[in-house]
Amino acid sequence: MNKINTILRKEWSEVFKNRMVLFTVAFLPLILTAIPLVIIYFSGTSEDFTGMTSDIPGEFNALCPSELSGGDCFQVFIVSQFMIMFMIIPLAIPSSISAYSIVGEKINRSLEPLLATPITTAELLIGKSLAAIIPALAATWIGFGIFILGTWIMISNPVVIGNFLDLRWIIAIFIIGPLMALSAVSFSIIVSSRVNDPRVAEQVSMIIILPVLAAFFGQMAGIIILNTTFMIASALVLGLVDLVLVYLSVRLFQRETIITRWK
Amino acid sequence: MITTQNLTKKFGEITAVENLTLEIPEGQVFGFLGPNGAGKTTTVRMLTSLISPTAGSASVNGFQVGEQDIDIRRSVGLLTETPGLYDNLSAERNLEIYANLYEVEDVKGQVEKYLRFLGLWDRRFDVAATFSKGMKQKLAIARALLHEPRTIFLDEPSAGLDPEASRLVREFILEIKRQGRTIFICTHNLDEADRLCDRIGVFKTRLLVVDAPSNLRRQVFGRKIVFHLQHADQKLVDKLAEHPSVSEARLVENKIMATINDPEAHNPELIRLLVREGAEIQFVGELRRSLEDVYLQLVKQS
Repeated sequence: MNKINTILRKEWSEVFKNRMVLFTVAFLPLILTAIPLVIIYFSGTSEDFTGMTSDIPGEFNALCPSELSGGDCFQVFIVSQFMIMFMIIPLAIPSSISAYSIVGEKINRSLEPLLATPITTAELLIGKSLAAIIPALAATWIGFGIFILGTWIMISNPVVIGNFLDLRWIIAIFIIGPLMALSAVSFSIIVSSRVNDPRVAEQVSMIIILPVLAAFFGQMAGIIILNTTFMIASALVLGLVDLVLVYLSVRLFQRETIITRWK
Repeated sequence: MITTQNLTKKFGEITAVENLTLEIPEGQVFGFLGPNGAGKTTTVRMLTSLISPTAGSASVNGFQVGEQDIDIRRSVGLLTETPGLYDNLSAERNLEIYANLYEVEDVKGQVEKYLRFLGLWDRRFDVAATFSKGMKQKLAIARALLHEPRTIFLDEPSAGLDPEASRLVREFILEIKRQGRTIFICTHNLDEADRLCDRIGVFKTRLLVVDAPSNLRRQVFGRKIVFHLQHADQKLVDKLAEHPSVSEARLVENKIMATINDPEAHNPELIRLLVREGAEIQFVGELRRSLEDVYLQLVKQS
């Protein structure tokens, strides 16, 4: 644990000196948290949406509790479109940190002396992974907490607020979020083993955001409804994907492979 | 102590190291010489358990390569060909990280000890990116010594350094040699190898020869004695060549260059012989071949 802790602190002291990483970690969560809050703020009261309930997809209307008026449901619908943005945070931050962490070590040629120490590759991989995952989850959960607090301040209707704290969002933020962070790190390791520019690694790793964007646009178009069933199914699929990605990244993160093939 | 028995490493069809059998006793400075691509770094990587051998066996400090790798890594220090420092971190922080990874008990104490030892204490808060090449090399050497390893592997320790920095590194190596550590140096700097090493191995995929520098000269070129004469002629050369201790003699301007077996024993007799033949001897010396000559001859022969 001491070696993992050493790697973790080393990663943070190095990586956060990089402005690109700092921007991603500090500003991206702020922006993605602010978007739904701004929408709530400028959308006024739910009475303003009373005449627009026919614009809501029928499947979404069915999700709204009966205590919600049509206007409340519309407000929830609009904000829900953007809550999926929170799912970008646990993907973008680990991709950015891992890319600069691993490719940075390749460029510096600092992996070989590091591997010459008694540290095992498992400890090194866990340390690097946690260094990327912990900030991502902290940013996601804090961002979500700020969103809930902001919503509570701006919207007086507790049923509307409760809708943002229902099971699907709890699954999304606290189960899918960590699974996404793990997949982002694993994918970034695979990409970083092949490239020698951290910006390229970061950009290629960001491909992993595409499924979230697909869900966002699918939801906007009414093709996908982000209900609890969808979230549970997504968590299961993501768990399987993680198993594969972790397996591949562990295979790539072997001492001899790093020394002889990571060029 | 380092021992290898038929140590071999192949990368696909390419043989990087072939049947290396070597024994380096404790406390010896061993120089590993060879052209680029000879397999020196691959050998070091196997001995430091960074990569596994394809065949053969090796042990370092009593630990078997491939079976007790973590024990080997705890007991050796490695200076890689490029320092591989964390440029955004201070000198002190760089060493603290490694001290923790090497499970050093007194991290602060050891870091201070080696920063002072290498004259870097005043720069301990400066980030490594601001250091000169020589200073980075010294910091990397400090990193390799933090955990007081019994055996140290130095891969090109003075590569790219100016003469002053090279001298500092050389003095430092002599100091750690005095501490009784085993030092394995890969180098292209033959002068450095000549000055520092107790024994030298010339390597090109396989080991060509291993011996002390002075013995290597003798092995490859024999011992050449030069007789400087007032006037030399072929008659004197032929007379000298008849002596049983002389294996070869030739005339070079006013000098006779002869390859002699055990010159200390036979020189007085040979000098008397030349004087009897009318030679006016100005002085007698031994032609000292450089290690570079030895190395190039061996690599050429291979």
